[in-house]
Amino acid sequence: MPGKLKAKIVAGRHLPVMDRASDLTDAFVEVKFGNTTFKTDVCPKSLNPQWNSEWFKFEVDDEDLQDEPLQITVLDHDTYSANDAIGKVYIDIDPLLYSEAASVISGWFPIYDTIHGIRGEINVIVKVELFNDLNRFRQSSCGVKFFCTTCIPQCYRATLVHGFVEELVVNEDPEYQWIDRIRTPRASNEARQRLISLMSGELQRKIGLKVLEMGGNAVVGYLQCFDLEGESGLVVRAIGTACTLDKLSSGSAPNTNTHMHPNTAPASNACNSPSKDGKEPVFVEDLPSSSGPPTPFRALPTSSSPPPFSPSKPCSRQSSSSDTDLSLTPKTEEPHSVRCRPGIFLCPSSPILSTDTLSLPGSGSVGCGRGSNPRATTSAPLSSIQSDSALLRKSVSFTEDLLLAASGMGSGGSAGKEAGPLRTLLRQQTQTALEQRGASSSGLLLNAREFPFFTLTSFPPGFLLHVGGVVSARSVKLLDRIHNPALGNTRSYKLLDWNSVTADEPETRDAWWEEIRQEIKSHARALGCHAVVGYSESTSICEEVCILSASGTAAILNPRYMREGCLDIGCTDHRFEEPSPPNCGFCHIPYDELNMPFPAQLTYCYHCRRQKVPDVLFTTIDLPSEAAVAGKGCLIQARLCRLKKKAQGEANATAISNLLPFMEYELHTQLMNKLKLRSMNALFGLHIQISVGENMLLGLASATGVYLTALPAPGGIQIAGKTPGDLSSEHISSIQKRINDTIAVNKELYQINPPKLFALDPEVFCGINMELAEEGVGSPIPEPRHRSRLFRSHSESSDELSELDLSHGKKDAFVLEIDDTDAVEDIHSLLIDAPPPTGFYSCNTENMPGISNWTSGVQMFTSVRVLRLSNANLTNQGLNKIFTDLCENLLKSFYFKLRSMIPCCLCHLNFTVAVPEEELIQVTVTAVAMTYDKEQTQEKTAEKPVNKGSLEAEEQLQFPLELCADSSSSNIQTASKISVSSLERCSPLQEGRSRSLRSSRSFGGSSVTVVKMTPLSFLPGTRIIKYLGIINMFFIRETTSLREEGGVSGFLHSFIAEVFAMVRAHVAALGGNAVVSYSMKECVFMENPNKNQAQCLINVSGDAVICISETDQESSASTANTGQTGGSETDGAT
Amino acid sequence: MSVELDVFVGNTTIMDEEVYQLWLDGYTVNDAVKVRMEGGVMDECEASKDVLLSDTMDQYRTFQMCERLLHSPAKLANQLLFQIPPHRQIMLIERYYAFDDTFVREVLGKKLSKGTKKDLDDISTKTSVTLKSCRRQFDNFKRVFKVVEELKGPLVENIRQHFLLSDKLARDYAAIVFFANNRFETGKRKLQYLSFQDFAFCAGQLISNWTVGAVDNMVEDMDVDLDKEFLQELKELKILITDKDLLDQHKSLVCTALRGKTKVFIEMEGSFKNLSRGLINIAAKLTNTKDVRDFFIDLVEKFIEPCRSDRWSAADMKLYLTHYTNSAHILDTFKHQVVWDRYMGVVKSCIFKMYHD
Repeated sequence: MPGKLKAKIVAGRHLPVMDRASDLTDAFVEVKFGNTTFKTDVCPKSLNPQWNSEWFKFEVDDEDLQDEPLQITVLDHDTYSANDAIGKVYIDIDPLLYSEAASVISGWFPIYDTIHGIRGEINVIVKVELFNDLNRFRQSSCGVKFFCTTCIPQCYRATLVHGFVEELVVNEDPEYQWIDRIRTPRASNEARQRLISLMSGELQRKIGLKVLEMGGNAVVGYLQCFDLEGESGLVVRAIGTACTLDKLSSGSAPNTNTHMHPNTAPASNACNSPSKDGKEPVFVEDLPSSSGPPTPFRALPTSSSPPPFSPSKPCSRQSSSSDTDLSLTPKTEEPHSVRCRPGIFLCPSSPILSTDTLSLPGSGSVGCGRGSNPRATTSAPLSSIQSDSALLRKSVSFTEDLLLAASGMGSGGSAGKEAGPLRTLLRQQTQTALEQRGASSSGLLLNAREFPFFTLTSFPPGFLLHVGGVVSARSVKLLDRIHNPALGNTRSYKLLDWNSVTADEPETRDAWWEEIRQEIKSHARALGCHAVVGYSESTSICEEVCILSASGTAAILNPRYMREGCLDIGCTDHRFEEPSPPNCGFCHIPYDELNMPFPAQLTYCYHCRRQKVPDVLFTTIDLPSEAAVAGKGCLIQARLCRLKKKAQGEANATAISNLLPFMEYELHTQLMNKLKLRSMNALFGLHIQISVGENMLLGLASATGVYLTALPAPGGIQIAGKTPGDLSSEHISSIQKRINDTIAVNKELYQINPPKLFALDPEVFCGINMELAEEGVGSPIPEPRHRSRLFRSHSESSDELSELDLSHGKKDAFVLEIDDTDAVEDIHSLLIDAPPPTGFYSCNTENMPGISNWTSGVQMFTSVRVLRLSNANLTNQGLNKIFTDLCENLLKSFYFKLRSMIPCCLCHLNFTVAVPEEELIQVTVTAVAMTYDKEQTQEKTAEKPVNKGSLEAEEQLQFPLELCADSSSSNIQTASKISVSSLERCSPLQEGRSRSLRSSRSFGGSSVTVVKMTPLSFLPGTRIIKYLGIINMFFIRETTSLREEGGVSGFLHSFIAEVFAMVRAHVAALGGNAVVSYSMKECVFMENPNKNQAQCLINVSGDAVICISETDQESSASTANTGQTGGSETDGAT
Repeated sequence: MSVELDVFVGNTTIMDEEVYQLWLDGYTVNDAVKVRMEGGVMDECEASKDVLLSDTMDQYRTFQMCERLLHSPAKLANQLLFQIPPHRQIMLIERYYAFDDTFVREVLGKKLSKGTKKDLDDISTKTSVTLKSCRRQFDNFKRVFKVVEELKGPLVENIRQHFLLSDKLARDYAAIVFFANNRFETGKRKLQYLSFQDFAFCAGQLISNWTVGAVDNMVEDMDVDLDKEFLQELKELKILITDKDLLDQHKSLVCTALRGKTKVFIEMEGSFKNLSRGLINIAAKLTNTKDVRDFFIDLVEKFIEPCRSDRWSAADMKLYLTHYTNSAHILDTFKHQVVWDRYMGVVKSCIFKMYHD
């Protein structure tokens, strides 16, 4: 169905001089959408032209409206030669496609050129007239709202949370096409920008379709990423959480959370839920094509004469497929075991056996979870009874693997192609399954494609019951190589027509992610959890090696919100009978105490004494607003460098996958030590990034440490010399003293004075057990895949403990042994982390534990630092030192630069590391500095009465309870409802936060709208009244005059400033005045100083909003004090 | 191991006023770091030298990128690249266009040409203002000159609107433009004791009383060029010294008024004719461009120096000039009262300002 897009070009200003002779410009504008182009008149001899054009009208499909950007090109008219381009503006018109967002885009946009940067500005007005599309076969998904924010957006309430949605699209990268050799850098950059814009639009549309199928109307926590795979292509992928959101009109807070879809699927199930009543199967059949590449899915007839089968190649391939599983117990502190599975499969037939043997003990011994061994499934989007599917999966995946193997080295592409028909088959099976389910409408069937994942990091109260711990999975993949002689022909044909031929590639990538997600899911199960929250995915690519990573937090969500068989709740069922107090409940272990997935020290909850809690808790989510904490939080980082030999292909992948478990282990140890050094016992917002370079791997783990009063106090760190002769005992005792002093200082610094409720156990010792276990069983999947996990299930850990045991035994206190100089170095590096200077705090989460009384000062910033390692003979230790210093110095720089904002907190510190070249380390940081009121923070530490907390819980749950009672008769339950009965309840978090804020002062008098940006979901002192749509922009900047632009720093400085400017301009044009949940997801910088050249790619995203300053409303200090629980208390009062 | 790239970009552009001043003053990054270290910023936030260096570099880059915008300050308000709060914008502009009095004193009245620009390094050594800063200041003068040259309307107002400067600074620039346009001689040794502010004051007087704009305010160059008709009329004043009667009459009137009111009455009486001739001759010659240029030197030579050598105090001088001006009104044969007032008003206030050590 068509929509009408209208654009009007009003004027330009500050244009560059294009005609040297007259020092003026004869500018005109081309407006292009899809294949239609309009031109304005030439406005002669002016640097501030007034075109005041007619309305250019485009009549287009809404599908195109979603995919395509409006392209505005400003040119200089030249009578005799070709017209010179001044620059371009791409306008994403998506925000105009849903009613609640912006109605018009109007404003000044910077005219951007990939070579010259911003060259003047242009004033444009864009409108869309959209006709309602009731066609259910449609390919568009206009109307679905997208939010980057990882919590329920302010001014909305979630009536339903449907669950995980994901999609990816693949294309050739124009930069690597043959044509790139003959076209100009500008043309090439523009082709790339346009393509990525198109792909993001398409991706968003497809995700939107999935959401509509599920019955949702919004995606929250939308995370879109690019994988620049180089020659093997460009992947744009996205994940998010489908929701049904209701706009809260401030006047009438509806008292019922209604909208119960009779047939809605269980909350956490993405694809499970499209089962609306009366949905025709034919709709379901659309599914594959909707998740496919730009052109409808087609099975490739490339039925192959596969390359001659050579046994040696599959072997090598398999040997590199050693599956390394690192299990760091997510919940308690330690990596309990690290499994290293060296490649054992030399015979192609063994995988079948190993698959069986491995999966059987798993499913046998663990009641939950291991039943569907994820690693046996490569992708199989099958939906059927479990046992059947397992069988099927095994056989299918194995066949495919054989094919993969048969195609030999580096032939992933061709293998994928050969697998094409098979995939089609699988797809068909899925469809039938879906149809069946649609028909039977029984929500009990488990679909292999379903993942109970949530990209959200903070939840409405009562939603999150228990947190198990961090689950993560990594996998090393080899990307296809384009220069494979065997593929030469097909490839070149591909290059000519890349839009249609890469049809199989999303399949390959889909499969890769599918594996990882399965693994995550099974980890969560083994932790006794049925859901994963705070879920995210990332990649690191170097040449043809790609590390895929996924991580999240295993959790149990309130079964009242998400009912019945959708999740294997199994053994943990009993837990739900007694509601836990909200301020400690999430700490209570979700797994079975007697059958723990890993050795852990459990104690009774220090808050309610009713349930067991672990001694340490690691999570990827934000600190729940209702959690009881002592003192303040702080940023904790573990940094690690590992050298690696340069290698190619398989060998390289093997080397990397061998290193991964050790890195995870060390990072984890570092985190744990640093946590204890700060006298804290929980980590939130944990994000571990492992970045691969040609000759090294970088690991960076960031999290916010906090003292949860429900958990036991952390023990100290004890230093011990391994052999008495090694180091003098004085030396040891001096180190010990330093550590003890540091702990004491930190306690003071972060004001950690936990309530002495349990004086009986004054010093709770935490045993830290590290086990490095080698698993005797090989990889179940004969595929070049390497992965490491942060978790492993019990069956494995109990079975094989090995000679590689690095554990310190079951000692009472956490002991660091000094047995060589390296250990001394390690300890020194522990102590090197300087605390932030007085007046500063830092965290990487949405809310800073212990601070809630923000004032209006907000400064978002991005900083990039690249270090060149000149010394070729660096050791791991030396590198670690350099890397640590790099990060520490960056932090110091921030503190210094922002000193005028004291007292202030750096929030959402997001570090990204990369190894752009052999001897370069790049660290990119985006964060926001926010001022707070120092006076009031002191009172914040006051304890909250426990019973009050539970009272609140009752209040919170009251409503859903009723609802459940109502609907219990119905077989198919509403999955996850976030019940909101009033405005306050909807999002107490934001409400509470903003309550404590003062009104912001704004700068008046400027003709340019001030647009604030923040990586957080809120702006202090303001209330968001409208979400205007998602901002998702991709820019390339290139220069051939690097020195003239001030060197690399000058080049990047102006580029980042330009990106900010363009984001602000787009937001202002939408009528907004702020960007929340802003993030810079990509900053790829390449240079060639010898040629005086540099290139940089930046991808940013966020939510454009209108926020108004919170004026009167809160007057008393009391509301500010209770900032975080403000919302629920209001409830209690009314 | 070296830092290859190091940038920090804030959504709201971060600027440190101290660093901005160092940048304006033409310090190199390393020198600026030294100055900052001595200034004690390091103690704040436990910064190290590296941190300071990195911060200084960032800011210098920011300023360099802003410089283009500062050349036409109106752009700064509606550009999109940097988000700078308005009060900061004002500060940036005001400081960018601020200048060193010692420097401006050197170029005041000189042609703002390439030739003068070449001499800047000498001026730099002489004034110990860095060459970089000299260039910025000189370019500012030139830029302002070029823009207002072609504009109608009052000079000060034009400068203020076009460059968004404060009233004070706009007046100073008006003075600079005015001096440059009329090429007043200010560099002679005898004028060395005068500060820029002295001249700026005089320029203000001249602009508001002697230019075309003083009578008609919608002419091009109205405030830059002296009113030719007026200069022509000044010739009429010669009667005060050529007519013997008038001269004597004038003298006796002044002397009567002054008698007993000053310690240097004798000297006043003695030098009356000389002084009067001096002032009237300056007026009569102003039709020649050359003599316009020498206006200030003439004032010093013909009036200020003789008075000073007779040890008149400033009060004496004021008293004398007041009576000298007023007495002319009583002369019944003297018909050019208006021109006289227009002339003497300015000369009087200029001399008041210039009469110091």
